[in-house]
Amino acid sequence: MDFSFNETQQMLRDTLARYLADTYDFDTRRKWIAGEAGRDPGIWRALATELGILGAPFAEAHGGLGGGAVENMIVMEQLGEAIAIEPYLQTVVIGGGALKAVGGAVADSVIPQIIAGDAVIAFAYAEPQGRYELSNLRTTARRDGAGWVLNGHKAVVYGAPWATHLLVTARTGGGQRDADGIGLFLVEANRPGIVRRDYPTVDGFRASEVYFEQCAVGAEALLGGEGDALPLIEQVVDEAVAALCAEATGVMRRLHTGTMDYAKQRKQFGRAIADFQVLQHRLVDMFMEVEQAVSMTLMATLRLGLPAAERSAAVSQAKARIGRGLRFTGQSAVQIHGGIGITDELAIGHYFKRATMIEGQFGSVDHHLARYEALALAD
Amino acid sequence: MDLEFSPADIAFREEARAFIAENYPAHLRAKADEGEELAKEDFLAWHRILAEKGWVAPAWPTQYGGPGWTTTQRYIWSEELARADTIPIMPFGINMVGPVIYTFGTAEQKARFLPRILSGDDWWCQGYSEPGAGSDLASLRTRAVRDGDHYIVNGQKTWTTLAQHADWGFFLVRTDPDAKQQEGISFLLIDMKTPGITVRPIITLGGEHEVNEVWLEDVRVPVENRIYEENKGWTCAKFLLAHERTGIAGVARSKRGVERIKTIARAEMDGDRPLIANAFFKRKIAELEMDLTALEFTELRTLASEAAGRGPGPESSLLKIKGTEIQQRLTELALEAVGHYGAPYFRGFPTGDNATPIGPDYAHRAAPTYFNGRKTSIYGGSNEIQRNIIAKMVLGL
Repeated sequence: MDFSFNETQQMLRDTLARYLADTYDFDTRRKWIAGEAGRDPGIWRALATELGILGAPFAEAHGGLGGGAVENMIVMEQLGEAIAIEPYLQTVVIGGGALKAVGGAVADSVIPQIIAGDAVIAFAYAEPQGRYELSNLRTTARRDGAGWVLNGHKAVVYGAPWATHLLVTARTGGGQRDADGIGLFLVEANRPGIVRRDYPTVDGFRASEVYFEQCAVGAEALLGGEGDALPLIEQVVDEAVAALCAEATGVMRRLHTGTMDYAKQRKQFGRAIADFQVLQHRLVDMFMEVEQAVSMTLMATLRLGLPAAERSAAVSQAKARIGRGLRFTGQSAVQIHGGIGITDELAIGHYFKRATMIEGQFGSVDHHLARYEALALAD
Repeated sequence: MDLEFSPADIAFREEARAFIAENYPAHLRAKADEGEELAKEDFLAWHRILAEKGWVAPAWPTQYGGPGWTTTQRYIWSEELARADTIPIMPFGINMVGPVIYTFGTAEQKARFLPRILSGDDWWCQGYSEPGAGSDLASLRTRAVRDGDHYIVNGQKTWTTLAQHADWGFFLVRTDPDAKQQEGISFLLIDMKTPGITVRPIITLGGEHEVNEVWLEDVRVPVENRIYEENKGWTCAKFLLAHERTGIAGVARSKRGVERIKTIARAEMDGDRPLIANAFFKRKIAELEMDLTALEFTELRTLASEAAGRGPGPESSLLKIKGTEIQQRLTELALEAVGHYGAPYFRGFPTGDNATPIGPDYAHRAAPTYFNGRKTSIYGGSNEIQRNIIAKMVLGL
């Protein structure tokens, strides 16, 4: 049993932590979000070239650092601490994860572009009617000669306005909720027949409604087999959820430490509010949530290699537990800060907003508890 | 003991319901449905209609312009307002300073201020909290120094709701810096147009401009604008806080909130069934309704004892705690219900392009309402402070 990082992993974490501390302060982040592009693309470039971090989970043969899920965990936790809006989850974990899993010519061509910072991927999987069900798809992919024609509406696609590629789930056959008949496509974002409606999100990202209108793509766009992509999608999303748990851990840690700092200096009734036992207990409960989030993130990350049912059960346990922790920690942070915790001026409120959105991303607490029950609790 | 409304009460309910249906402005309903920020004129439009009818201040004694309703009628009225989902009447004049003025004010003060509160001619704001005095309100530092027949006021207030619209504010100020905390405070009415007052917006997490900082720099306030005795303002403050807490339970509004969540949960799909068929989700609605019923009957008991001549006491802290907890759970549940469409931030949208709406209308305000709703367990005396009040005043601990 060993939960310690090796030297390379340690270095990865320290390098990124230092870089974010130097460049990603709250006011600068705020300026980027308010700007037209919604981010500073120079940061992504720097993560690729200066830090070499975008290659963390990729094979050395592709120009990567030879890491995997643990490296993603390390990066995502640091991004969480900075409430960074960089599309690492979508591009490296999800896009890169799918490409790694299918391999072949597309992977050989796109993975090096990801590592270089040239390819940015958005994951167009959710649909207005589908809630968190990955197989609930109305978007269709119809065969057309050697290629495919895509039609449909994808909802709230995080990072789509910044993307060079869209990773799209679509129905090649079967009924709306069937497990069979699902394909996974990697499509250039500027392809004719793709219409986007862009908007900011409450947690500082940019996202889009993406409409495919007779969008013709080549045969190479299909990743993996025709109509049997659901297990691949499930695997990629499990990896994404584990990474999201790591981000959550970073967000929760800052919610806790930020609130501790505030409670020590804020005086009411002639003493620091951290002296009041009722608040001490709340701060202790927040601390316990952070520690359990760390544990659950490690657990889920280290079980990503297990057979599908065990992997998914582990991931759902982690996401559900951390979802509860996010809500408690976020709400407690605001409550202990008082009114100032609800203002736009303080970082703590923005951590709370991100915490709230992570709680629902890729499935709410209820969704993951139900999924765990289905996988692990036979009648 | 009787749970049923009397025939007279039922007749009153019909009258109230019909009046709202006939007189509530349609443009306000449209704005509220769209989640648009309400302008000052929007709030005042409904206020003036009720003032005209004589129904704007249900709790006021008839001699000051109240309708003379029984406790039950007031309860019915608030139910009907919530049922019709009307915009709230701003509480600062009607529910807060008005009762302080008719309880503690002089005849001149009553004659001068009360009619204009009723008519809506004066918009009021509340100058209580300060950056260093939140839960510990009595530690406030805004100073008022006597200069002939004026006070010179200096200091800073914060969380001043809708002060950007206010004509008048009621302020707690320190008039005796040497007295023990609660003893050197006075209650002043200040014309917000007086030179030396600066109102600065505070933007909250949902992007709203609802609260403000108010800076007071050498603001001259006539001594005749002080309510009650000098250095006895805490008496008015305590009275007002107890009144504020009664309304804070918000039972009728929360009932409406539950209905809204059911509507969302019937429209949202969860697999091949509506979300409301999801056992987890349904259970949460059931638990909310259970807690809301408990709160409702606790409030009814409080109202009944008020009707029997006992004013709202420390038990109103219970209503504040449980009421705000329910309000917050409603916002959590609404956000859960809308799924992915909680994420788009509508205030940040570029204008135009109505042809392709983003998600269902009911999702647009779910996240900002959840964020903004965290204030309810903080304002009006945080829920931690309310528990201290119950411990001390009710349980004698």
